[in-house]
Parts: sequence; C-alpha cells; structure tokens
Amino acid sequence: MPDNLFVGKSIPRTIEADKVTGKAVYIDDLKRPGMLYGKILYSSHAHARIKSIDTSRAERLEGVRAVLTGRDIPDVRVGFLKDQTVLKRDVVRQYRDEVAAVAAIDPDIAAEAVRLIKVEYEQLPAVFDPYEAMKEGVPLVHEVDARGRPLKSNILPLPWKFKAGDIDQAREDSAFISKDRVSTTWVNQCCMGTSGCIAEFDQNNNLTLYDQTNVIFGHIGRITEYFEQIGLRGKKIRVVNPVVGGSFGTKLDTDIYEFIAIQLALKTRKPVKILFDREEEFFALPPRQPTVFTIEQGCDREGRLLFRHCEAVLDNGAYTSWGATTPSVMIMPMSSLYRVPNVYFKATCVYTNNIYAQAMRGYGNPQATFAVETSMDSLAEAAGIDPAEFRLINRNRPGDHTPMNLKITSCGLEECITAVKEKLDWDEKREEGRGVGMASLIHVAGGARVTKSDGHGIMIKLDEYGHVDVIESGTDQGQGSPTVISQIVAEALGVRPEDIFLTFGDTALALWDAGTHASRHTFMAGNAAIGACAKAKRQILEMAVEQIPKIIKRDFKRKKRKDPGFVEPDLDFTLIANPEDLDIRDRMIFPKKDPDHPYFKIPLTQVLRNGLHVGIGQSKVVVAEEFYDPPTEMLNWEMKGNLSMTYAFGTSGVEVEVDKETGEVKILKLVSAHDVGKAMNPTLLLGQIYGAAYTGVGYGLTEEIKVRNGRVMNPNFRDYQMLTAMDVVPIEPVIVEPMDEDGPFGAKGVGEPGLVPTAPAIANAVYNAIGVRITDLPITPEKVLKALKEKG
Amino acid sequence: MKKVSISFTLNGNSVTAEVPETWTLLKTLREYFELTGAKEGCGVGECGACTVIMDGQAINSCLCPIPEVEGRSVDTIEGLAGEDGTLHPLQDAFLKNNGVQCGYCTSGMIMSSKALLDQKPDPTEEEIRTAIAGNFCRCTGYVQIVESVEMAAKELK
Repeated sequence: MPDNLFVGKSIPRTIEADKVTGKAVYIDDLKRPGMLYGKILYSSHAHARIKSIDTSRAERLEGVRAVLTGRDIPDVRVGFLKDQTVLKRDVVRQYRDEVAAVAAIDPDIAAEAVRLIKVEYEQLPAVFDPYEAMKEGVPLVHEVDARGRPLKSNILPLPWKFKAGDIDQAREDSAFISKDRVSTTWVNQCCMGTSGCIAEFDQNNNLTLYDQTNVIFGHIGRITEYFEQIGLRGKKIRVVNPVVGGSFGTKLDTDIYEFIAIQLALKTRKPVKILFDREEEFFALPPRQPTVFTIEQGCDREGRLLFRHCEAVLDNGAYTSWGATTPSVMIMPMSSLYRVPNVYFKATCVYTNNIYAQAMRGYGNPQATFAVETSMDSLAEAAGIDPAEFRLINRNRPGDHTPMNLKITSCGLEECITAVKEKLDWDEKREEGRGVGMASLIHVAGGARVTKSDGHGIMIKLDEYGHVDVIESGTDQGQGSPTVISQIVAEALGVRPEDIFLTFGDTALALWDAGTHASRHTFMAGNAAIGACAKAKRQILEMAVEQIPKIIKRDFKRKKRKDPGFVEPDLDFTLIANPEDLDIRDRMIFPKKDPDHPYFKIPLTQVLRNGLHVGIGQSKVVVAEEFYDPPTEMLNWEMKGNLSMTYAFGTSGVEVEVDKETGEVKILKLVSAHDVGKAMNPTLLLGQIYGAAYTGVGYGLTEEIKVRNGRVMNPNFRDYQMLTAMDVVPIEPVIVEPMDEDGPFGAKGVGEPGLVPTAPAIANAVYNAIGVRITDLPITPEKVLKALKEKG
Repeated sequence: MKKVSISFTLNGNSVTAEVPETWTLLKTLREYFELTGAKEGCGVGECGACTVIMDGQAINSCLCPIPEVEGRSVDTIEGLAGEDGTLHPLQDAFLKNNGVQCGYCTSGMIMSSKALLDQKPDPTEEEIRTAIAGNFCRCTGYVQIVESVEMAAKELK
C-alpha cells in the first residue's frame, strides 16, 4: 500500500479562500429581491398575562409591511415538548418570550415599529430557582401540558435515570468514599456570526429557508410538522446554508425566530430576513444551561472505583429545547469515563421563568465531566493516591464494554494521561500558590445515534475535465470539513484536493444527514466519501477498460500517419483487461501490475472525455452516492446502547498560579492530549483542539451569563467575558493516534473533546495550588478570595 | 432622511457616497458599496468584526459616522489581494496556518494585522496580540491567528 498523498498532510484551507478576501456570503450578506426585514418584540416581564397589545402605531409607520401578534397566526405549539407557541397570545413566561413581530422595508424601520407596539401586562408570580421551583405551592410556569391536561409541578416529564449494578453493596464494599456538590452556569455559545435566516415562499407556497443552521434536515421535519397544522400540508421545504459564522450547538433546534420569519413571509408574500443583533444573541438564543450535581464515588483499598452515584438538577427555563436532553449525553461520562462497575445517575429538569436552554459544544458532557473529575480528585485524596495515578488505575482500555454498553474499540487514554504527567512535570515540587490538575474525557467520536437514523449522505460526480463535485449533506460551520473532505475524496478517488468542489448545506441537492453535530462530521462524511469514491472509481475503471485500448490504438494510428516508419509495440492488454487490474492515483489511471507502464498509464481526464464523447449512443458520466449509516444502537429504555462506532478520549492537564491577594488564576501551561484516531490534517486538527480548549478555559474561569430574576444582565461582549487574544494560554497539544478501525483512514471525531475536560482540570489545579476547591463555575477571583477567606 | 455626499479614497480609488448622514462607515461599505467583507458582529465596537483601515489605523467601522470619512483613505479586506487575485501574504498565511475557521472574524482580524505590519514589520507576539485584542474569535483560541501573522511578517520581509 503506497503512502497517502493527501490524508494526514497539513493541506492549507485554500478551498476557503473566499473567507480571507471578504467574498464569503454569510446570512448577514445575503439579500433576496424584494426582501423585507423582520424584528421581534420580546416580553417585558418574566411571567405575566398579556392584557392587550396595541399595534396601530406600528402598522401606520411608513415602510411597515406586516405586524403580527399571537392573535394573527394559528395557535400552534412547537418545540421539543410542544410547550410553547410561536407568538405568545395570553401569557409570557420569560423575558425572551416573543410577543409580536414586524416586517418592514429596512431594519431601522422594523426596529422603530417594534418600539411603537404597546403591550399591557398583568404581572404574575415567577420562580427562578430550580430547587425552589420543585417545592409545592410555588407558581407554576405552565398550568397545562401540550395536550391541555393540568400540571401539578414544575418538574419536566423527562425522567432521566440510569442504573447499573448494585450501588448499596458497592458503597458497603468501598474503603474510601467522597461526596461533592458542584454546579455550572449559563454560558453563551458566542458565535461571531449572529443567528439569522431568510424565509421565502414561491407562488405555490413551497418554502426556501436560507439559514444559519448546522442541522439542515432537522428543520425540514419540524417545519413540515408545523406546516401540517397551519394549512400548508405537503409543501416542499428547502433549507440552504449560507456560509455559517460558527454554530457550537446553537442551531440544533428550529428556533422561534425561524417560525416568525416564516409567518412574516407568508403574510407579506415577500422574502423576510430576521438577523439577531448581539444583544438578542445573548438573551434570546438558548445557551448552555446551568446544572447542579451531587456526586458520590467510592473505591477499594487499591484505588479501583467501585461505584458512582450522581443526581443532577437542570434549570430548564420556561420552555424545552435540546438543553433538556443533555442528560442523555451526561450518562456517557457518568457511566463510562473510567472503569466503574456500579453507577446511578438521575437528572431532573425543572421549569423556571428563566431563559431556556439549548445545546453547546460538548452537549452536557462538560457539565457532567466537571462533576466526575472533581469527584475523582476528591476520592484520590481520600484514598491517599496521586490523582494521576488514580486515573491510570481506573482508565478505560481498548475492548472494554462499559455499564452503558458502550463498546470501546480504540482507546488512547493511558497515553493521554501519561503525556500530561510528563509535559507538566507532574511530580515536581511547586512553590506556594502553584499547582497542577488534570481531567479526562470520553465522547462520541463515530457518530451518535440520537435519532433513529444516524445517516450521512454524499454524492460525487466527475466532469470530463476531472472536476469532482461533491454534494455533502452536512454543514460547513468552520470546522475545516471542506479541506478534510477534499483530502479524503482526493485520496480515495485518485485525484488532487484542488480538483474537488464541495457543495454543503442544501437539502434539495443533498442526501439526508442527521446533522453536523456530535463531532461526527469527519467520521460520517469520511466514511460516506470513501464509499461513494469506491463506486465512482469502479465506474471510471470500467470506462477505462473500454477506452484505454481505443485511446492507444487511435494514438498509434496518428503516429503512423505522421511517421510511416512507426512500429506498433507489442502490448500485453491483459494488464488492463478488467477494472480490478487498474487503479487511479494523482489523476492518472494505471495498471496495478505495471504502474509506470509507458502506454497504459493514462490521464484520468482522457478516459472521462472519451467515455462521455463516444459518438455512438453509449456515452457515460460518472456519478455515485453513498448513504452511510453505521451499525450502532439507539439507547434503550434503560439508557443503554452502543450509540457510536467509536469514542474519543483525552486528558487536559493544567499548571496554574493563583494570586492570593487578587484571587486571580493564571494558567502557566495547558496540556491538551487527545486520542484522535488519526490526524487527517494536523494543522486543522490543532485548530479544533486550541479553539475548544480556549472555550473550555472561558468556561472554567470567566464566562457566565448573569441572569437575575429571569433577566440577562450582561448581553454584550463588554460584560460577558469571552477570552480575547490578550488572555494568553500557553497550550501544548499532544496527539495520540491509535488508528480506529472503523474511522475513515483511522480517524475519530475531534470537534468537541478539547472543551470537555479543560474546566475541571483548571479547578483541580486550583485546589492543588491553594488547597481550596471552587465547586461552582466559573472560578472567578471573587470566589477564590471568598474561599481563601473561609479557609482562613 | 438628510443625505450627505462624502468623497474619500476606498481601496485606492476615489469614490463618492451619497448616503443618509446617520450612516456609519460600516453601513456605507456594506449597503452602498456592497463590500460585505467587514461584518457587524456587535454594532458597538466590542468585537472587531467590522475592522477596516483608515489612514493607516485599524478602526471599528461600526462606530465611525460617515461624515468623518470625508477626504480620508479607507482600506478594506476587498482591496487586499492583487488585481490578478494574488493573495496578500496575510491572507495566504491565514489559509496555510488555519488562522481562519468560520471566517466571520477573519476580515477584521486580517485588517488589524495589516495595520500592525504596515507600522511594525517585525512585531513580537505580544504586539500581535495587542493589535488583535479588539478582534474576537470563538473558533481558534487565537493561537493559529497569531502564528499566521508571524508567518506573514516573515513572508513580507
């Protein structure tokens, strides 16, 4: 097997040159003829009854084309639990509730019109603390459920529960036990490109939605369901991605603004764009939700984990989006990060009048791993074992079947922990105020069967000039897929990356896809591409078997005409008798048995041209598709099942210096070690690791949406502290490549893992440095000082 | 709305914009000249996605009222590549070194970096980080952006 020409190489992102020249068209930049601009009026209260809405002044404003309230559109419930409507008619349950919407000829007029709408409210008692909200007699966020049945409690009907083994027995058998309570807060995904879409209907009421989403086919299901209830049954929906300015989980669901754009477009018969401003992005986009964990673990005298018991409470906010399903992902680290035979996990999602939550990079895993890894350090201390050693004792190993029935195939966790130890000089004695900490992760890295299909489709066609069109069913949200997929296709087909032209994000062109989430794109698209390329290659080689002899004979004829003395060489045509005898590499077709054959080695384009322009009614084109759906399992009712083909492992190690005067935590070094299967493009891979780790540092130290009585208090970059280039974090990446047998060229997913263990590693390092444990994120100077003071 | 007529140099060419006096430079670039490389990431000068160069200085074009541009010289990302399409070393370095991911911050990031390199051809890492301190990026963790600027600086020498 010759070496790869492109896979594993740091091919530049030349295919994305439009992004460095200002040519890339984001939703901000996209205009449609006659397009109107939509704007939303949000609630002024956390919980209130709408007494009246006066839209008359807004309607009279010049340039306004439509004003909608809940009374103007069908009262149809949407969302994961169907617990809200598009525009709220009677009751608002959070500050971001959509009360009215306007379409106007320019954004300024739309904004002015929204200001002119007068709403009278009657305030209702509200509840903001999830523990408070679980008590009896507190205000109910929802009086009835989706079917109109009265509700008695704010607890969601989502009983997330996982059980394996015998916790009571294991607790009895444990030599050491630790208990911790940790909590995480709201953080915003902070896509630099804010949310937005353009809804456009054709004359027959078929919808095209230009949308900043990463789950294009997810929209189709949800909007189809909505259409069925508003009199548009059977209409076609096409979702098209412009260039997506980041996603990080924000766009998994169909959000309310998207339904509003659809309603405004229906009303006005014009394309309508809604584009969030930054303030809306902070308060009207569902962020990562807060979670409180109580976690208990026990181990035997040798430090082997015997049980893990954890209960979580999630502040769901007023409505339900994918945030409420993050416990399904939390079960993965809870049951399967390190070997632990007896596990109990229960998560309770509680309605409050706070903002509701969505997915963010890691999808519940960063929260849960913060709990598990805090507890790992506590238990290691209780057992008197070095935290790194404790993790090595309990590490996952290739071939493990975890209590959740995850089948661990490749696993580089040992190498990751060991690398972190080495790179941090783990055993070194440190001066006062300095410390080290580590945390590991497990994450899906070979798809994630969270819906019944975890499929991903690719179509490939070649033209007679050797251009390869790849119709990809996923979304390019900046992760580098255009480059990586072109490397894979070039390698598998035998062409060059610059021959590849990718079309992402268009449901009308692409086969189905479960979504560009769960770190699944390279794995799924890679495997689909390899399958499609094999089919295309077969077609090309069949063509070659027919065409090469003809090409050669024609060539000889020409030579004879030019030079009557030319003597035809005696060629062994059995070398190219069957498609199996041939191969393609670097744009050339050649016989396998004689790769440099002076006559049979022929440019691919020559065969393609001859195959198409036959002239006798037998012309052929090369086109192939592959829909890859891996043999994985949905979680069963016990929340068990092998939902991914493979799993990513990694370890973050951090050295910190804590200033006891100011409480500030300085990261002196961050080692980010990851088992990636195979580095498809080392430079791009590092970008994923750096970016994710950085977001993890923000999660650990600075980032928090401050929500007071339901209202977001810091909806801007001045007050929400995302890290800037001045926050220098010296990151040292370590790449572990065990080569996964199911991955394309051995690769596993890498998008989310870098974020997951970073915050707990920092927390553990802070503890190591100053002897106080900060158990609620982020670890701000105020919290450090307070904890130091309490310690005395 | 009262319109003003503003003449200035845009990417080396003399231009005149007739736009409402309340418009910003960013809005004028995007709406009047249809140069959409500069982005409105926040609209209040916090994120740097709208960065352009005015008279040699990197500025947030979302904060710059259009009357202030009269007689000035403005450079945007669209003017950076050569007429034949040859990329500027900064653009090339961002592609080679993964300084770009989703790309939304990239125009601003490159323009801030260009203003720096025009003044300091051999910047330290700290000078690079200071120059892009007002340009937010969620994708990269800034590491490969800083490396890209370093790579371009070497190339330009």
